[in-house]
Amino acid sequence: MEVLKHRKVFAFISLIIIIAGIVVFAVKGLNYGIDFTGGSLIQINIGEFVSVDEIRTIIDEYDKNASILHAGIDKNEVIIKSTLDLSNDTIRTIINNFTEKYDLEEDNFQSEKFGPYMGKEIRDKAFLSTIIATVLMLIYISWRFEFSFGIAAVVALIHDVLIMFSFYSIFRISINSSFIAAILTVLGYSINDTIVIFDRIRENTRLYPRESIDSLINGSIKQSLTRTIYTSLTTFIAVLVLYILGVEDVKVLALPLMIGIISGTYSSLFIASPLWYELKNRKIRTAK
Amino acid sequence: MTKNTILFIAILALIIYGSVVAINGATIGNIQIPKARDSIDLGLDLAGGVYVVLEAKTDLKGPELQRLMEQSKAIINERINGLGVSEPNIAIESGNRIRVELAGISNPQEATELIGKTAQLQFMDQEGNIVITGKNVKGSEVQYHTNEIGQEEVVVSLELDKEGTQNFAEATRILSEKIEPEERVVFIVLDGLIISSPIVQYMEPITNGKAYITGKFDLEGANRLSTLIRAGALPVEMDELQTSVIGPTLGLNAFERSLEAGAIALMLIFLFMLIIYKIPGLIASIGLVIYTLIIVLTMSILGVKLTLPGIAGLVLSIGMAVDANVIIFERIKEEIRLGKSIRTSVDTGFKRALTSVLDSNITTLIAGIVLYYFGTGPIRGFGVTLIIGIIASMISAVIFSKYLLRLAVSVFGSKNPKLYGA
Repeated sequence: MEVLKHRKVFAFISLIIIIAGIVVFAVKGLNYGIDFTGGSLIQINIGEFVSVDEIRTIIDEYDKNASILHAGIDKNEVIIKSTLDLSNDTIRTIINNFTEKYDLEEDNFQSEKFGPYMGKEIRDKAFLSTIIATVLMLIYISWRFEFSFGIAAVVALIHDVLIMFSFYSIFRISINSSFIAAILTVLGYSINDTIVIFDRIRENTRLYPRESIDSLINGSIKQSLTRTIYTSLTTFIAVLVLYILGVEDVKVLALPLMIGIISGTYSSLFIASPLWYELKNRKIRTAK
Repeated sequence: MTKNTILFIAILALIIYGSVVAINGATIGNIQIPKARDSIDLGLDLAGGVYVVLEAKTDLKGPELQRLMEQSKAIINERINGLGVSEPNIAIESGNRIRVELAGISNPQEATELIGKTAQLQFMDQEGNIVITGKNVKGSEVQYHTNEIGQEEVVVSLELDKEGTQNFAEATRILSEKIEPEERVVFIVLDGLIISSPIVQYMEPITNGKAYITGKFDLEGANRLSTLIRAGALPVEMDELQTSVIGPTLGLNAFERSLEAGAIALMLIFLFMLIIYKIPGLIASIGLVIYTLIIVLTMSILGVKLTLPGIAGLVLSIGMAVDANVIIFERIKEEIRLGKSIRTSVDTGFKRALTSVLDSNITTLIAGIVLYYFGTGPIRGFGVTLIIGIIASMISAVIFSKYLLRLAVSVFGSKNPKLYGA
């Protein structure tokens, strides 16, 4: 597998996705969840499918613009999102309306309310924690390997974050507090992948000092390929099962993780090592 | 059967027994081992309950802010104690916020009302007449006094405003003339709950608006009382930043479904590993069971609360736990292909894979730690399970798998490389 030969093609594919994501972001912005914008959320398990129109007859009195979604395996659950800051009493009243109309158990619901200031904080935290995690990883990798490996790994990470961002932006996935968790997990996962390949390059450099960098890198990727694919597959299976069987709160975490796993695998194989190659080459050229 | 075969079967039996105990619970002699799912604390999103995040409207900073928040926390804590919630969790967050978590309560509405309500502090006499209220209290502090027999003791001082001084003087004059000590009690009542019931000294009315409550206080108890008296109402206005109410049924449903997802994911991974790696795959599957047991045990011992994102973190880490095994097995396969004996291949495979396993897991660990450090609430739960998961997977892969695989080689023989996935 000649990864190095096609490195520009691989980089180009990523670039297209990222640019598309940024264009959509520039035009439409992001789809912020209510924990970003502030607002209220009510989730009720009705036990049967109830049409949106029927639900509107209850909700319109409180917020005509509330968005209504169905959730759960049999679409038995209703999620009502309102950007209004409904009072606790109002929320209780709405829930009572449902429990009376559909003769439900009292405790089969969930409600959430967010002040409008949480959003900025989540955004700042996501940004800050991503940067801190990245810097710490860079330090660790530079210590265990060398600085050029660290740089290549970090660029691959930035790639993954940008791909996930694009995904959120293009597919209008609502950004909420699990966003931080998703991004950081993918960082942790992707770096894991990258390090395994770098470890192989490091080892092969020691074993075969006469070998050219090109064949060292290609060889190392080839040697790690089975492992990378198997691991990605098992992890992906685990998250996919979560996505299929999980409740709504788990789904919103599992979906970006699936994208992240794919992007992380891709970047470990096709972005990180070629980039290290470029860095190495440049160094050798300037040394000459 | 060789000694090793017996050992191998014994270990296998032990692990299966361990899993059965974890799933069903057991009674050995007098010791009750509860089911694993009962011994792990569930977070709010699974157990159902209420959480509220309040933000103090204040410009104070540093130690002053901290004192203010400690006061508010004490007051909220006092109010919640009246609800009878088991283990309420009240924490100060990012300086000026208080997160209140009440698990498993049936009427969340009552709780949210109570937390937000302005407390009423009253001083009452025996007949229930209100003598003074919280607004008459100018200050209350913890002080040290030397009593009649020369011992230093902790007291709570009380300073009243003008109106309070007058009313209190009048009331204590009447009270102090009563003979029986029980008749001279002043009840200090917060939200209908008696927090202290000092006795007015015989024939010593308090006329100057300054009183001391003595008693066998320790410093903490005195501090609490003075805080409550000083600030019967919250010392600062609190904004409701976030409120979340999860009905217990919905939470339980989420728990069941997540467990189911975890079990299915585990089965699929077992299947995958067995097909690809044969004997090492079997060892990896056993390793995964050990891994899961370690996690369950660690979580119940450390008292980590399992949350919904936490379960997601666990399932993800199960997927990743396989990774260490895959790295090692791929290495072993390579060694076998180089023509080495299976026994040596297993040893060198483990040795060579070690740096890779360590470095890759430590970098992932860094992400987990940052997540724990910066996250709040459920996200934090995700970080914790990820951290526990990574450490447990390294232990199970590097120590257990290695030992078991060596044992397996001696049991299943080392003639047929196909049995080892090569």
